[in-house]
Amino acid sequence: MNLAVRDIRHSLGRFVLTTLGVGMLLMVVMGMGGIYRGLVDDALVVTRGVGADLWVVQRDTRGPFAEVSRLPRSLVDRVAAVPGVTDAREFVFHTIQREHRGKPLRMGVLGLGWPTDKGEGLPLIAGRPLAQNHFEMIADESLGLGLGERLRLGKDTYTVVGLTRWLVASGGDGIACFTSRDAQAIQFDEPGESIRLEREARRARADEIDFGRTQPGVLDRASGPAQNLAALPGPAISAVIARLMPGTDATKVQRSMSGWSDVTTYTGPQQEGLLLKGSVDRARRQILLFRVLLTIISAVIMALIIYTLTLDKLHPIALLKLIGAPTHVIVGLILQQSLIMGLLAYGVGYLIGTRLFPLFPRRVLVTNDDLLRLAGIVLVISVLASLLGIWKAMRVAPNEAIG
Amino acid sequence: MTDPLALETSGLTKVYGHGHTEVVALRDASMRVRRGEVVALLGPSGAGKSTFLLCVGLINPPTRGTVTIGGQLMQDGPRSLGDLRRFRREHIGFVFQKSNLIPFLSAIENVQVVGELIGRPTSVARRRAKELLDALGVGKRAFNMPTQLSGGEQQRVTVARALANQPSLILADEPTAALDSVRGRQVMELFRDVAHRHGTCVIVVTHDHRALDVFDTIYEMEDGLLKPAASPVAEATVAHA
Ligand SMILES: Nc1ncnc2c1ncn2[C@@H]1O[C@H](COP(=O)(O)OP(=O)(O)OP(=O)(O)O)[C@@H](O)[C@H]1O
Ligand SMILES: [Mg+2]
Repeated sequence: MNLAVRDIRHSLGRFVLTTLGVGMLLMVVMGMGGIYRGLVDDALVVTRGVGADLWVVQRDTRGPFAEVSRLPRSLVDRVAAVPGVTDAREFVFHTIQREHRGKPLRMGVLGLGWPTDKGEGLPLIAGRPLAQNHFEMIADESLGLGLGERLRLGKDTYTVVGLTRWLVASGGDGIACFTSRDAQAIQFDEPGESIRLEREARRARADEIDFGRTQPGVLDRASGPAQNLAALPGPAISAVIARLMPGTDATKVQRSMSGWSDVTTYTGPQQEGLLLKGSVDRARRQILLFRVLLTIISAVIMALIIYTLTLDKLHPIALLKLIGAPTHVIVGLILQQSLIMGLLAYGVGYLIGTRLFPLFPRRVLVTNDDLLRLAGIVLVISVLASLLGIWKAMRVAPNEAIG
Repeated sequence: MTDPLALETSGLTKVYGHGHTEVVALRDASMRVRRGEVVALLGPSGAGKSTFLLCVGLINPPTRGTVTIGGQLMQDGPRSLGDLRRFRREHIGFVFQKSNLIPFLSAIENVQVVGELIGRPTSVARRRAKELLDALGVGKRAFNMPTQLSGGEQQRVTVARALANQPSLILADEPTAALDSVRGRQVMELFRDVAHRHGTCVIVVTHDHRALDVFDTIYEMEDGLLKPAASPVAEATVAHA
C-alpha cells in the first residue's frame, strides 16, 4: 500500500491544481530553452543552408548578417581564381519591408547564385526550386504567401513557386529567395523619378566641366543607365561565398587572400561564431537568466506546496510514528509526493508545451537533450522541495497524535 | 523456569512542566502484569491514567522509574533503551480516547497498514485486517473513509488496528467511551479473549463499571498514585497460563 498515493487521492483537487500550476511553470522553462534553441537555429539556418567553406566580405566588416557589406561583383571571379577554391558565388542578402495586400510585409531577401544554385538545397515543403532566372521566388511559409501568389516588388512582379519552412533571418523575418539579379533589382529599386533626377544631376555636372563640353558623347552616356557608365560601379553584392576543394585547409586559402586589402575572409565556423556572438548572445544570456529564475521559482513553489501538504498531515504522521512506522516510511511519504508532483508537472508541461509552442510566432525548438536535462532538474528540485516538509515531519512527536 | 512478567513498571514518576506550572501526574507507580492478564485502570479525570499508558507505551519518557516489557528493560528514567518505534510497531497495540484513524486511508487500510509495517505481505495484511473488522462488526464499512464512519465505528476500527500486529501488550484508553453498553462490553470481551488465547497483556482505562467483571485485575489511580482496587469483583481474578 502506497501512503503517498493514498494521501494524494484524498486531497486530489488541490494536488491536481498545484501540479497543473507547476506544470505550466515548467512549460515556460521548457519554452524558454526552446526559444533560445530556435534563435540559434534561425540564426544559422541561412549560413548552414548556403554551405559555404569561406565567406569573403568587405574589409573589416563582420559579414552580411551583422552589418552592411558591399563588394563589387567582379570579386567573384577573383575569388574563383584562388588556388583551392572550386567555385565562388555571389551572396546577396538584405531585409526589406513592403506593402502587400494592405499589410506591411517584412522579409529577408536572399539572392541565389543562379544558375549554379536554384534553391534545390532549401528546405522546400511545397512547390519547386527556381526554374528561370527572373521573376520567380521561393518564400518561407511564415511570410503567409501561397504557392502561385504574385507579389509586386519594385518594378517587377514575382511569382511564388516554392515554399520553405523555418527559413528565417536572425531577426525572425521569413526569407524569400530570388536569383541574385532579382534580389539586387529589389534592393536597388529606385522610383523612376529619382533615377531621372540622378541622370539630370549627372548631366549638369558633366556640363560644368570642360570634359563634358569637349566630349559631347559623355553627356549622352551620363543620361543612360548606370551600368553602362564606366565611372559608376555596378550594384554591389553582400559577400562572395566560396566552396573549397575537399581536403583543402581553409586557413591556407584565407592566408593567400590576406594580402587583398579590400576584403576580410571568414571560414564557415567563424561566420557562425560571429552570428552567435553578435545578435544572439545577449538574447541567449537573457533567456538563460530567466530560465534559472523560473526554475528557482518552481522549486520554491513546490517546496511550499509540499510543506503545506505536510503540515496538513502532521497529525497522521504523528500517528504513524506512534504505531511505530519507521522513518523511511514517513520520509518516503513526503518525498514520493514531491516526486510524483514534479514528474506529473513535467508531463503536463511537456504535453501543453508541444501543443502550444508551434503556435508561437517564432520558432520554439525543444530538443531531446534539453528535455532530458530539464527532467533531471525537475528530479533535483522535487527532492529539494521535499526537504522542508521532511524536516517538519521529523520534528513531530508521536504523542501529538493524541490529545 | 518461570515466564518473565509481561509488564513491570517500578517507581514510575512523571512530572509535567516546572516551577509553578509543575504537575506531578504520576507518583511512583509500580505495576506487575502477567502474560494473558487483563487489567482495568479506574480513576477520576486528571488522575494520571493516560500519562501512565503513555509511559508504559514508550511514547512519553517518564521522569523517573523503569518500564520492563517481556523481560526487556525498555525505559530507564528518561533514558530509552533500544529502538522504541520498532518495539511499538512489533509488540504494542494502542487505542486512544479519541479515535485516531489516518484520514486518508479507508477503514481496512488503517488496519492493514500496521500489518505491512511489520513486514507482512500486502495480501496477508489485508486478509487479517478484514477478519479483524468482521470480528468487530465493521466488516461492511471496510472501504469507507474514517469521516464516513460513526464515532463508534471509528473506535472499533481503532481496536482492530490495535490488534493487527498481534501485540504482546495492548494499551487502551477509554476504548468504549463512544460505544453503547452492548458494543462496549463486546470490545472488552474481545480484549479478554485475545489476552487469554494469545497471552497478550491488556491494560484498559475505563469508566464503565458495568463491564468490570471482564477483568482479571483492577487498579485504581488517584492524583498520580496507583494502587490495586479493593473491589467487589476481585473474585473474578483468575490465574491464567
Ligand atoms: N502534556 C502535558 N503537559 C502538562 N500537564 C499535563 C500534560 N498531560 C497531562 N497533564 C496533566 O497531568 C495530569 C494527569 O493527566 P492525564 O491525562 O494522565 O489524566 P487522566 O487520568 O487520563 O484524565 P481523563 O480521565 O480526564 O482522561 C492532569 O492534571 C493533566 O492536566
Ligand atoms: Mg485520559
